[in-house]
Amino acid sequence: MNSGSHYDVAIIGAGLSGLAAGIRLAHFGRKVCIFERHNAVGGLNGFYSLGGRKYDVGLHAVTNFVPSGVKGTPLGKILRQLRIDRDEFALCPQKGSRVAFGPKGETALRFTNDFSVLEAGVASLFPRQADGFAGIARFVRETPLAGRGTQGSAREFIRTLVRDPLLEDMLLCPLMFYGSAREEDMDLDQFAIMFRALYLEGFARPLEGVRVMMRVLLEKYREAGGERRMKCGVRSIVVREGRAAALVLDTGEEVVAAQVLSSIGNAETDALMGSSRAEPPRLGYVETISVLDRPPSELGWGDDTIVFYNDSERFGYRNPPGQVDVRSGIICFPNNFEYGPGRGLKEGFFRVTCLANYDAWSNLPEDTYRADKLRWFGAMQGSAMRFLPPLSPPDALGRATVATDMFTPTTVEHYTGHLRGAIYGSPVKNPGGRTALSNLYLCGTDQGMLGIVGSMLSGITMANQHILRAQPERTPARGSANPGDP
Amino acid sequence: MTNEECKKAVLDIIADIAPDEDLSNVKPDVRLRDQLQLDSMDFLDIVMELRKRHGIEVPEADYMRLASLDSCAEYLTPKFNALAAKS
Repeated sequence: MNSGSHYDVAIIGAGLSGLAAGIRLAHFGRKVCIFERHNAVGGLNGFYSLGGRKYDVGLHAVTNFVPSGVKGTPLGKILRQLRIDRDEFALCPQKGSRVAFGPKGETALRFTNDFSVLEAGVASLFPRQADGFAGIARFVRETPLAGRGTQGSAREFIRTLVRDPLLEDMLLCPLMFYGSAREEDMDLDQFAIMFRALYLEGFARPLEGVRVMMRVLLEKYREAGGERRMKCGVRSIVVREGRAAALVLDTGEEVVAAQVLSSIGNAETDALMGSSRAEPPRLGYVETISVLDRPPSELGWGDDTIVFYNDSERFGYRNPPGQVDVRSGIICFPNNFEYGPGRGLKEGFFRVTCLANYDAWSNLPEDTYRADKLRWFGAMQGSAMRFLPPLSPPDALGRATVATDMFTPTTVEHYTGHLRGAIYGSPVKNPGGRTALSNLYLCGTDQGMLGIVGSMLSGITMANQHILRAQPERTPARGSANPGDP
Repeated sequence: MTNEECKKAVLDIIADIAPDEDLSNVKPDVRLRDQLQLDSMDFLDIVMELRKRHGIEVPEADYMRLASLDSCAEYLTPKFNALAAKS
């Protein structure tokens, strides 16, 4: 019971942010241990095998992709800070993505890793809004990578520059789908971070998916001397005198650490202390995955990488009243990245993601749950296919399908421990990462950075700010300006 | 250690933490962050590498002394030499 493991830093959760923080801390000589309840690393960006195939959990695309040589970007920062060579991540750029609105996607804006493609699309579809759109881009470029630290409404901000609600919705749709935990609106900072990540920068993917990146992180962590304990979650945090005095593991063992970084979420961390102060997350997702015997382009679906679609007059981003909202969603074709001549995925993949209501999926009897999944599988794919070229013959998808899988909010909750299966966490973010306990900090999705690159940057930033740079237990509320900066 | 050796030690660190920067023409009298893409995160790494590799402590109040290669040499060379004298 009291075997007395003692660490400089304990990290809860072996996802991207926890591993990135661990690499930083171990590299600079801290005795670090990461505790992970699951048997695999990755958290919300993990991977799994099923029927002899490998699947990514969360990854559609790595956002924040910039080519080699572009300076001062989040990708460049994480590579430097983690001492990773760009080639190790083996990122391959997207072919091109689309926002498609209207019952059949008649109104479409294309975007690629070249921002001028989106600029040209806006100028042609919304000529009177082109200046306003340029104003938004300027604002985002002038926003520091971690945001301005202000709480504002993205919609109110957009409306000061863009006066067409259709363009407002079309710009917000991908940004919300790829990172908003807030219903119907985004925090202005989150909007700026996501606008940069998706539109100014872009999408990429390693041929073998997120596991390539996880392998690199694990290797760096191990080389730096970091420890990790798998299938060994943290059951509770022992609080004494306003500090995390010890962590009780699932095994019952107690571990002491001078400082603790939690990547598991705000409300989830609160729950370890027996409290429920934090606002619970709200938005869940459901995703269907079809494995095809040929690339989607050979079915006649073109070479879209990601399609963000919405069939209604306004784009609604909220917890749906029913189990799934099929009016809008995301189509992802992992085949459609520039993997290079002769390189590509052996099979085709067609993924469709929609908003889902956690309560409507949880606590169902097993046979009802299965039947509901089957029913929504067809409904989601049918809805999404309206935004793709029609197939011939019409049942070509079914004929080409060799395997399927599907996850719901309860699947996500079960495997990641994130409450209500909410992949973007709490609607209220905590950019400073401080908690009620003086030696406990948050990193990861509830600290407020987004996406694969953002989550790594979150772990790095929190480790730097609170552990590597600060003297322990320093008083809070340091300004953003560091007078001592060279 | 001479000032030039000290500058070399600092450049070696920068080469490792920012492998994508061209360090062949760094001017010693110009602020590093004015000629290279270095931010406060990177300076934190320089400070920590100085500690890790050379056992030199730079308190946060002195970070501004690392602004240029010349100021690094002026500030760090005596520290290097004091350490060498001790051992």
